[in-house]
Amino acid sequence: MFRFALGRLLQAIPVLLVVITMTFMLVHSAPGGPFSADKAVPAEVLEALEAQYNLDQPLWQQYISYLGDVVQGDMGPSFKYPGRSVNELIYSGLGTTAELGFYAMLVAIFIGVIAGVTASMRPNTMQDYVPMTAAMIGICMPSFLLGPLLVLVFGIHLEWLPVSGWNQIPGDKILPAITLGTGYAAYIARLSRGGMLEVLSQDYIRTARAKGLSEFLIIGKHALRGGLIPVVAFLGPAFAGLLGGSFVVETIYQIPGLGRFYVQAAFNRDYTMILGTTVFFATLIILFNLLSDMLAVWLNPKLRQQVRGEG
Amino acid sequence: MNSNSIDATAEKGTSLWEDAWIKLRKNRLALIGLGLLIFLCVVSLLTPWIAPYGYEEQDLLMGATPPSAEHWLGTDIFGRDMLTRIMWGGRVSLMVGFIATAVALAIGVIYGAVAGYVGGRVDAVMMRLVDILYALPFMIFIILLMVVFGRNLLLLFFAIGAVEWLTMARIVRGQVMSLRKQEFVEAAHSLGLSQWIIIRRHIIPNTLGPVIVYTTLTIPSVMLLEAFLSFLGLGIQPPQSSWGLLINYGVETMEEYPWLLIFPGIALSLTLFALNFLGDGLRDALDPRTAKD
Repeated sequence: MFRFALGRLLQAIPVLLVVITMTFMLVHSAPGGPFSADKAVPAEVLEALEAQYNLDQPLWQQYISYLGDVVQGDMGPSFKYPGRSVNELIYSGLGTTAELGFYAMLVAIFIGVIAGVTASMRPNTMQDYVPMTAAMIGICMPSFLLGPLLVLVFGIHLEWLPVSGWNQIPGDKILPAITLGTGYAAYIARLSRGGMLEVLSQDYIRTARAKGLSEFLIIGKHALRGGLIPVVAFLGPAFAGLLGGSFVVETIYQIPGLGRFYVQAAFNRDYTMILGTTVFFATLIILFNLLSDMLAVWLNPKLRQQVRGEG
Repeated sequence: MNSNSIDATAEKGTSLWEDAWIKLRKNRLALIGLGLLIFLCVVSLLTPWIAPYGYEEQDLLMGATPPSAEHWLGTDIFGRDMLTRIMWGGRVSLMVGFIATAVALAIGVIYGAVAGYVGGRVDAVMMRLVDILYALPFMIFIILLMVVFGRNLLLLFFAIGAVEWLTMARIVRGQVMSLRKQEFVEAAHSLGLSQWIIIRRHIIPNTLGPVIVYTTLTIPSVMLLEAFLSFLGLGIQPPQSSWGLLINYGVETMEEYPWLLIFPGIALSLTLFALNFLGDGLRDALDPRTAKD
């Protein structure tokens, strides 16, 4: 297991290098420098600014020094917020986004697994059709539509829940978490239904039934562990999607998180901020894919043996 | 007894495609999806001629009005007819969906087929590359591309297409790999059929099923991606519009004029529904393991 993790971790290094290089080249090939948007900047001021941010050096030198900084965990200064570093901005938004993602994932796993397991217990009956149709609606209802609709109904018409902000009024985390979590709940429902159906037809479940175990024990103790492997495998990629979803949800609900910073940086052409967040996101995504792979191996005895055989 | 009666009761052989059509016809949701999709495509193609009002026709004095006899879906704050705007927006949304999917399809099928058919070391390297690309945060890259090179429709097609081909490549490769080792392909080889005939008669028809299914399911995810970017203001640019952009505008004024959000939202969701149900239906229909009756 350790060697498996180490191997995957080592593979991540070239991937990250590719990401950094591609992003760096893209950002630096952008037409117009970061300061050209502000009109009427005197030439000497522009020069001073460029010198301050090392933009007067040749590209390869900038690249090498950026790479050196990133390895030490320094993403450089922000172009648009003078005096603040990209690290500070990422740090200030990360906690909020992580909390939002955590709640959304709770919503998604809780609703998704219950719906999927319920559906798998009686396939092709109403108990299957109702949650699965709901899941289809969840998949077809993008978060940027679901969010505003929830705000319209629960925030504006019924006035039950606050419609924006984060950590200011009690209950202002409910709508964002539901908005972000619903799509994933739908996917998880479908995946867990499929996984459970597969497992429930296996011999060891028949054995458990033959032993006279209660349905609750069969599902909870024997089937769930195998049936949820597809869900676990989905969690890594889902995390990447969650980051993307946070762009929308944080914009709708005006949450000061990383996603909103990123979208704003894209609008402001805050190049160092875009570069820094992209590298940061990529690292996170790779890390979470690795974790989800390791969890899948740990859950599945067949894979565990395979890994041991390789290692 | 005479042999005619036996012939009459003998089962008539049906091809995979006839089988699939028989099964698909029984799936009501998939059929509704197919019908809806054909309807949307026809409307989109004919929009310049059948739209009730001109695309840029506005009536600032009238402003936003709820649905009425003259304007079935109401008007926006500039007094523009919403039905017309949704029809024109749908053209862009569907076009992005189809063209970007076609780009993904072309790259994915060729890449996957080469990897699967050549096999060996070439395959290992090619698939390793796909694994690496899978790990990249592509949504962020598309946003980056749009920021760096400006919001350009053509770029959007290729950026989205270039992202969505990975799964297609994996599916095609897996299919081709497993087909190469099947007895009927070996039998064809031993009969002395040429490489090209084997590819055309056996490999392509047998890969087609999963490719069609996955294509149907890629279109909605591409449309969603476009709508997502447009919603954030990073996709389609005015004066062009798409459903995502219309939803974006709708959100700004949803407190006073909720129909500006709801109608484009319904249009997008219904289309995604239709495509997803059709894709699911096709998957069931083209799976030879499911019984046809």
